[in-house]
Amino acid sequence: MSPQQSLIGRLLLNERGSRYFLIVLLGFALIVPALHLLMPEGSALQISGYTMTLLGKYMCYALLAIAIDLVWGYCGILSLGHTAFFALGGYAMGMYLMRQIGTRGVYGDPILPDFMVFLNWKELPWFWHGMNHFPIALFMVLAVPAVLAYVFGWLAFRSRVTGVYLSIITQALTYALLLAFFRNEMGFGGNNGLTDFKELLGFELQAPGTRVALYLASALALGLGYAACRYIVSSRFGRVIEAIRDAESRARFIGYRVEDYKLWVWVFSAILAGIAGALYVPQVGIINPGEFAPINSIEVVVWVAVGGRGTLYGAALGALLVNYAKTWFTAVLPEIWLYALGALFVGVTLFLPQGVVGLAAKLKRSKS
Amino acid sequence: MSVTEAFARVLSRSGGSSRAPTLDTSHNIVLYLEDISVSFDGFKALNSLNLYIEAGELRCIIGPNGAGKTTMMDVITGKTRPDEGSAWFGQTIDLLRLTEPEIAKAGIGRKFQKPTVFGSHTVFENLELAMAGDKSVWKILFARLRAEQIARIEEVLETIGLKDHRQVLAGGLSHGQKQWLEIGMLLMQDPELLLVDEPVAGMTPQETEHTAELLVGLAGKRSVVVVEHDMEFVRSIARTVTVLHQGSVLAEGSMQEVQNDPKVVEVYLGD
Repeated sequence: MSPQQSLIGRLLLNERGSRYFLIVLLGFALIVPALHLLMPEGSALQISGYTMTLLGKYMCYALLAIAIDLVWGYCGILSLGHTAFFALGGYAMGMYLMRQIGTRGVYGDPILPDFMVFLNWKELPWFWHGMNHFPIALFMVLAVPAVLAYVFGWLAFRSRVTGVYLSIITQALTYALLLAFFRNEMGFGGNNGLTDFKELLGFELQAPGTRVALYLASALALGLGYAACRYIVSSRFGRVIEAIRDAESRARFIGYRVEDYKLWVWVFSAILAGIAGALYVPQVGIINPGEFAPINSIEVVVWVAVGGRGTLYGAALGALLVNYAKTWFTAVLPEIWLYALGALFVGVTLFLPQGVVGLAAKLKRSKS
Repeated sequence: MSVTEAFARVLSRSGGSSRAPTLDTSHNIVLYLEDISVSFDGFKALNSLNLYIEAGELRCIIGPNGAGKTTMMDVITGKTRPDEGSAWFGQTIDLLRLTEPEIAKAGIGRKFQKPTVFGSHTVFENLELAMAGDKSVWKILFARLRAEQIARIEEVLETIGLKDHRQVLAGGLSHGQKQWLEIGMLLMQDPELLLVDEPVAGMTPQETEHTAELLVGLAGKRSVVVVEHDMEFVRSIARTVTVLHQGSVLAEGSMQEVQNDPKVVEVYLGD
């Protein structure tokens, strides 16, 4: 591929996977809300609000999966703690939504969220101040995951922690946050988390219009996040991080400050995860410490592996497939789901090292 | 450090993006290694090693396994820190204070014994990645190849004989071709000092001959240090040979002198 081509050229013309991905995403973004709003109730073409919100949730998951694919598939950093960033973005949004409840809470306190009244707190903790302003909350959605990722990455990459050791400390990170957020004293609602949201920017969360807007925002974030990642991986920066993945010390000897590259791609990935979390929370209506659970992070890695890592669209596809399977399984055979997930991961590792995308490419090659 | 020196240093720091001062070979010496000692768990890999490389020189370093050749390269490139001694690049650059990327930027390039090219990148991309220039994150994120840079890559592709393989993934090259690509990557870095570890291992006689020509052609403009086991090859290119043994210099001189040195015959050439 000629390096002189423009971003749009690279995104839409050169790469078939990207082209399909963006077209399908655009299709979903336009058709689903249209069918939801325009088709009469009971019509076969009607898409319920439940289904649309479910799809919006999947889009948040897909963005999270892309964020992981960027660091894992392209830079070789296997993060088993990425939902920490997702949950922190979610909590930042949740705090804003809590502050919007106002006097409509059970206790009717204009300032304090219900759980604080329940704990007999008299005033708002310092870190809740300002979270009733949307721009500040939005800033925190980006800044909190970014700062945590920066500090964590700075320490880890500078000390040249790599491979399985890094994966283990990412697990420890998310587990530590899980334990911390469970505590009532932390001021994030303890094990109940933040819920009972009423409105966002003055719009009722349950209103069809708001739900369509959130769905569209998720699709937009996924599309833009994808485009940004695609730009990164097809720039020379992308070739450098792949070089680091394949031969780290060689990259150092030709003059790249490996820790800088890892740090920036890591921070960017954490920000994407935070955005995904912030869009996820108003659609599912709750954020609690369970989101920090290490098993969640591992699940996201499974999505990426199933879809096919190192392609970006594979990660999104994997997120969709596995979550659809999960929704189906947990409705029909709830007790089987975890076994199915485990079997899926083993199966993919053994038989589909390149994931579904790799399988598709293989089938196409053998046909021609 | 005098006041003027300090001032000059501040100025050079604010002026250029490079933190290291520029290479100064006014005394005609490009590399000083003095009293370098490195030990691993009590084993002395280098034992007060003294080595001076002249600017523009082509130096061959030979020695039996475990003589400390690779450790010496590691010290020069910042991978291993010596327990004692000093290492200077020209008059002004203290290698022991710089990290690996900073040393690479200052102008020391290294070719490894085992060829390590970036297997999932094409030959062209490997050369692009190795290209000299600002390697900070933001510059690289928005970097575009300029016409003269493409020309430079084409020139190196020609030199290393991989012109027809530019779009081939480096992982799929033959062993000899990987060695050449490594040398090409070294050339792209435009270093003042090239450290070349076993360049002809696994090459056919024809490839070996080409490599010899290339290295001899490079010397003069740049300084080249070659570590090699192949005595035939060393004989064909060397002007000065240094023999390492047990972490220090055993003998130094022309191939003729070294070969006739009884100490050398005993430890290395004799067997």
